[in-house]
Amino acid sequence: MSALQKVMGWVDDRFPLTATYKAHLSEYYAPKNFNFWYFFGSLALLVLVMQIVTGIFLTMNYKPDSELAFASVEYIMRDVDWGWLIRYMHSTGASMFFVVVYLHMFRGLMYGSYRKPRELIWIFGVLIYLALMAEAFLGYLLPWGQMSFWGAQVIVNLFAAVPFIGDDLSIWIRGDYVISDATLNRFFAFHVIALPLVLIALVAVHLVALHEVGSNNPDGVEIKKKKDPVTHIPLDGIPFHPYYTVKDIVGVIVFLMVFSAIVFFGPEMGGYFLEANNFIPADPLKTPPHIAPLWYFTPFYAILRAVPPMFGSQFPGVVAMGLSIVLMFFLPWLDRGKVKSIRYRGPIYKIMLALFIVSFVGLGYLGLLPSTPVATLFAQGFSVIYFLFFLLMPWYTSIDKTKPEPERVTG
Amino acid sequence: MKRLKNFLFLLAAVPVLALGAEAGPPLDKAPVNLADQESLQRGARIFVNYCLNCHSASAMRYTRMQDLGLTEDQIKENLMFAAEKPGETMTVGMGKKDAKAWFGATPPDLSVIARSRGPDWLYTYLRSFYRDDSRPTGWNNVVFDKVGMPHVLWSLQGEMAPHFKKEGEHEVIDRLELVKPGSVTLAEYDAMVGDLVNYLTWMGEPAQLERKKLGLIVLAFLAIFFVVAYYLKKEFWKDIH
Repeated sequence: MSALQKVMGWVDDRFPLTATYKAHLSEYYAPKNFNFWYFFGSLALLVLVMQIVTGIFLTMNYKPDSELAFASVEYIMRDVDWGWLIRYMHSTGASMFFVVVYLHMFRGLMYGSYRKPRELIWIFGVLIYLALMAEAFLGYLLPWGQMSFWGAQVIVNLFAAVPFIGDDLSIWIRGDYVISDATLNRFFAFHVIALPLVLIALVAVHLVALHEVGSNNPDGVEIKKKKDPVTHIPLDGIPFHPYYTVKDIVGVIVFLMVFSAIVFFGPEMGGYFLEANNFIPADPLKTPPHIAPLWYFTPFYAILRAVPPMFGSQFPGVVAMGLSIVLMFFLPWLDRGKVKSIRYRGPIYKIMLALFIVSFVGLGYLGLLPSTPVATLFAQGFSVIYFLFFLLMPWYTSIDKTKPEPERVTG
Repeated sequence: MKRLKNFLFLLAAVPVLALGAEAGPPLDKAPVNLADQESLQRGARIFVNYCLNCHSASAMRYTRMQDLGLTEDQIKENLMFAAEKPGETMTVGMGKKDAKAWFGATPPDLSVIARSRGPDWLYTYLRSFYRDDSRPTGWNNVVFDKVGMPHVLWSLQGEMAPHFKKEGEHEVIDRLELVKPGSVTLAEYDAMVGDLVNYLTWMGEPAQLERKKLGLIVLAFLAIFFVVAYYLKKEFWKDIH
């Protein structure tokens, strides 16, 4: 026995190191037919790690103080060695996290990855998405620019629309009557400690649940149904390591090229990743003429604005916005289709999914714009489609004409 | 998938709705060229002479102007009037309260003004002051109506007067006309403002030249890494069908 084997044996007697490595990497059998859409899970993990590492370095020089915050960011950009790179990686990472997560979720919708037996993976995933939105919202206050301040003001005011307890609730969240130093301090605490912990824990259970039932694939057939009689390895499965590790490296490099192109040549991304108004220090006395949330929140912001105030209250809009996310949790039980993958779905599901994507992107676009009657009309139409995609799903998936699924995965 | 593509295609029509056109006078394109060190140096000189009396640039250190090809001694002798040491940031002596009393608003810090306003706006703004006796300072501006800032560069540009045209019900400013020449011609003035805006753009993010240079190296590295990774993947996967 070599020295290394001895050490491994010693560890394995005390901690399941080899067993864990096998269960999650070298003997985790993933379907061999993953396509382009299957890169985004591992990319999301990469961005999470990148955000945590760059975030740690940012906190070394950032000052969570309403008098110092804005200047400390500029200090990082100018006087800290490589500070500009760390900051741009973090700001670009925030937006790219959402790009990757949206594509990852779209993959799930296309191939029915949320269906039995993967309901919990989906639910954990939606929770990750919620935690990510909270993390992004809290982090956006920290540069203490005009958009930080007024964006937070708008979002916290949503809680003030809750009947009866709204005013107290919003004061409780802010820790003050307005967005202030107290708010900045608590948002900082949540952004750098509380939510990262929640995110990491959720990502862990997301992966444990995934590795328990096994990955879905573009055909939506269960590879565990056809196993080798002797080895009991799925016939269409290949070990995650080395096959998908080497494949994911290629995906990672392509992603990093896109990421670097943004970081080094256009970190503002035309105002979508870093807004021009956020280079003006927060001024509680000067409301900007147009407040738009960052692009990844705009679909929900558009839903919020599409609902007219009722009984003098914005609360119905807030409820609609909340519902638009809550509905995602029920997806595994709303879908009654006989097949999982879009490859074998009938025309109705394909049309509904396409309409849903058009609505979601359309709402995202409208959410960026100032409210006008025409824009509101479009937002209302898109919102109705958004909700009908979920609410009518039990009906249209059960009457849809599906094609038979193959026995084994196809190329 | 085909249907999906068709629908995605429809999306292309959405921006055509032009739902959010922002009104405002058209802006002139600023001649920004960060590779032109002489222009940046001229801009820096105008900045410290004319702007840095009321406006601070509190994130900007004098020493950083070494990036513009200047030595520390040159900076000390020619550009440092309001500081003791070159390591200091560009602050001003004017108190915030005084400034508010004199101008109606505290002159904003200019460290990142090019990033919030954009070079084109700055270039147009600094060339759009005109005589307006209804204003306390005697000046107004086409792109920033009722601005608190007087025309600090008037001795260079001279005095401009508005030329109105009818647009529907009310009169709007069509263009400005020179009524009292300054010490330089209008073309020379435009070039000076161009240098100043070039400097402001650089000052908004002094690391930007380094950033773009490094970006090319990073992308080149990733391109090579991609080739290696691609063939590594191909080699591992050759038995998988």
